[in-house]
Amino acid sequence: MNLDDLITSPAPWLEPGGPNGDIVLSTRVRLARNVAGRPFLPRMDPAEQQELEAHLKDAIQKAHDENAFTWFDVDSLADIDRQCLLERHVISREHAAGEGARGVAISADQRTAVMTNEEDHLRIQVYSAGLQLQDSWAIANHVDDRLESQVAYTFSPKLGYLTACPTNVGTGMRVSVMLHLPALVLTQQIEKVFNAVARLRLAVRGIYGEGTQAVGDIYQISNQASLGRSEEDILANLGSVIPQIIEYEQQARAALADESPEALDDRVYRSWGLLTNARTISSEETLTLLSAVRLGIHLGRINGTDIGAVNELFLMTRRGHIQKIRGRELGEAERDVARADYIRQRLATGG
Amino acid sequence: MKRALLAENGPEGNGSCTKARIMLCQRCKKQQATVHVTEIINNEKRERHLCEDCAREEGVAIKAQINLQDVLSGMLQAHEAAGEEASLSCPDCGMTYGEFRNQGRLGCPNDYEAFAEPLQEVLQKVHGATEHVGKIPRRAGSDQRAQRELMQLRRRLQQAVEREQYEEAARLRDLIQEKETGG
Repeated sequence: MNLDDLITSPAPWLEPGGPNGDIVLSTRVRLARNVAGRPFLPRMDPAEQQELEAHLKDAIQKAHDENAFTWFDVDSLADIDRQCLLERHVISREHAAGEGARGVAISADQRTAVMTNEEDHLRIQVYSAGLQLQDSWAIANHVDDRLESQVAYTFSPKLGYLTACPTNVGTGMRVSVMLHLPALVLTQQIEKVFNAVARLRLAVRGIYGEGTQAVGDIYQISNQASLGRSEEDILANLGSVIPQIIEYEQQARAALADESPEALDDRVYRSWGLLTNARTISSEETLTLLSAVRLGIHLGRINGTDIGAVNELFLMTRRGHIQKIRGRELGEAERDVARADYIRQRLATGG
Repeated sequence: MKRALLAENGPEGNGSCTKARIMLCQRCKKQQATVHVTEIINNEKRERHLCEDCAREEGVAIKAQINLQDVLSGMLQAHEAAGEEASLSCPDCGMTYGEFRNQGRLGCPNDYEAFAEPLQEVLQKVHGATEHVGKIPRRAGSDQRAQRELMQLRRRLQQAVEREQYEEAARLRDLIQEKETGG
């Protein structure tokens, strides 16, 4: 698998048809691990980081069947490629912007990515389409077991897996569910949901993690506490909260269709009209419009449009991907034109 | 008659440079007036200055009193404690608690020991818990003493390389390898 093939193929977490796929885009389980007998990254000099990098790369390859993972040396990647991996959630913002020897191993099905020398020595991430808490954990746990056969982790019986930031200590586990909640936003009930969620030690973030805005009505809900509760407890907590949010969103969607069908259709079709006719469009406007069209498709207000194509556009229209599709670097104005072209083409053929 | 009372307890000897003129209680005219009452009766504002005893007898409710001295010493104590915490440092990686607080990232696994006390509060705040429940790695890498030793050996190795003491470096490298594969 080379990088260009990876970047131009659909992301597994955006495939439609996952459990509760009309509302839940994806589920992610992340485990933070550090190698025993070594300082954390803030106290590592470049040579040490380099040496650890080689050790981890080797361990990841040895722990799995040959060709199960493809390795990318993030430090030597072009900026545009790093940007694309970030947009695909393969690497984190911090990892993309980091310094020194660091890499990522990506599984053949693109669902698993192991980052090295991010905030912690190792970050195992597993993505699934739709709401798949147990499955995602099972895969992450398996990858963790395999890695453990090659690497001794730093672990304290009292505090669990030790991490560079105390917010991840314990299980080192962060489970995030990415939700598309346009009806709760439209009916102005989203704040209520978030206030309730915050009381359960769960955090709400935008699509690209910490400190990012919720564009396209997409929100990530994740556990805040990683210490003092088992992996199963963390999954069970989200497993009880997420279905309730799904239900609220469903109720809000039904209310929109019942109480103001004209306003709903107007919003959906205006968005569709702009997407299929615009000659220049920003990435943010794209996400807002796609959100309305996605809602329209799931409510059966708009027919003959492929939900797969719409989901894919959420990713393929981002800054990095649109340049990759065009095969060259583009300035902002050029990107907006290329984006509009690509959307028109994709929705004409995908429809 | 509409009567609103606003009573304030003035600070005593608050150390301001202009020496405050002592004001006697307007009721008993004996004790120092420390309660300053603003009465509004039929839209007319009237200020009265009473001692605490008279104020109590008149049934003037005194607003939550803040003793400046208490506040100051409380703040100083917190500041001193923070200063002490900030200078805590890890013998293994040299990171201080103050550095951690600025960066939000620890320097090495031993920091969890070195900063155990202040971190306890952080953990409680973030996780609502201070003890691990969950997966335990099967491997013996969990021996913390061995982990610390390895880290110290690595640091000595680095120093040896820097000082171009290659014989010592080679010896340390072998020792580390032995411990790594043995652990």
